[in-house]
Amino acid sequence: MERKLAYVALFAALIAVLTLVPAITLPLGVPITAQSLGIMLAGAVLGGRLGFLAVALYVALGLIGLPIFAGGKGGLSVLAGPTAGFILGFPIAALITGLLVESWRDAPIAIASFLGALIGAVFVLYGLGILGLMINAGMTFKAAATAMMPFLPGDLLKAGLTAILAQGLARARPQAILSRA
Amino acid sequence: MLTLVSPVPTRWHRIPAGRKLLGLCLFTTALLLIDRPLLLLAPLALVAALYLAEGARFARHGLRMLRPILPFLLLVGAWHLWTGDPQLGAVITLRLLIAVAAANLVTMTTRLSDMITVIERLAAPLARFGLSPRVLAMAVALMLRFIPVMSDRVARLTEAWRARAPRRAGWRIVLPATLGALDDAEQVAEALRARGGLG
Repeated sequence: MERKLAYVALFAALIAVLTLVPAITLPLGVPITAQSLGIMLAGAVLGGRLGFLAVALYVALGLIGLPIFAGGKGGLSVLAGPTAGFILGFPIAALITGLLVESWRDAPIAIASFLGALIGAVFVLYGLGILGLMINAGMTFKAAATAMMPFLPGDLLKAGLTAILAQGLARARPQAILSRA
Repeated sequence: MLTLVSPVPTRWHRIPAGRKLLGLCLFTTALLLIDRPLLLLAPLALVAALYLAEGARFARHGLRMLRPILPFLLLVGAWHLWTGDPQLGAVITLRLLIAVAAANLVTMTTRLSDMITVIERLAAPLARFGLSPRVLAMAVALMLRFIPVMSDRVARLTEAWRARAPRRAGWRIVLPATLGALDDAEQVAEALRARGGLG
């Protein structure tokens, strides 16, 4: 119990810090924040349930006014803005990523993490993000989906980075990979 | 620590957090029911009056907090003009502007500790599913305490990288930063157990 609590709280803090680190520029010149990397890792390392709780804690503290969302934003006003679907979708993205890593126990953690992040933190999260744009900005599905496309290459790369990082973490601290415990 | 709460005390600071949040919910729901741009000018004037009641300086600060959403408002407005529905565009941009301004007002005038108390109260029914308010409070406290710790660590790792390599560290920092977080988590868990645990 104490161990789970500590992992959830500290991962929430890690995501906040990674989000505030200045944007990283990937090869091809795609600027990204490490926020979604933190969310993918939370699922891959902590598993579905704890990953969900860690990201939900991060989102909850951002919504009540800590400036820990991308660009130093925070507060309830985020729910009325264009990114509401993504912010509320983050815990679900971590949940799905984590559940997939847990269930593909036989697959190497790098492959399971890559596919988990791809399905949970790209496909499902984009769906929720598009839904948010349709509701908050009155955009049509097609317009919202088109608006998302510039971010796709960066997020695909991040799913790949999640695989590399999860494998590195599993090698350095095998006992800390709660999704495979 | 970093915060969006206004350091200047206002009369809105004195209203209990729970009531402000409930008011915000009702206000935003009411906004969604209005679908004529002219009618939306009333809630817009109301929010502006709430800001201006605390003086020009506070209102200017509120305006600055709106800056991040302005490009998006312009984009949405332009898009609806282009699709030939300026009425809908005006309704959506005004609604967004008013809702964000109202939510910012609550954020600016409510202390974080009061917000956390409201969350604990709202989460109390979850105790039946094994999430006790004490555990939640501990998780929030731990997270707040460790944000500066991890910020420092990331800054040190970045500095060390710069001293060694001509290239930028980029994503490579994430691995050592996460390892540090995992090790911290183990030590915190042990410290909690040594002090009698959460039970």
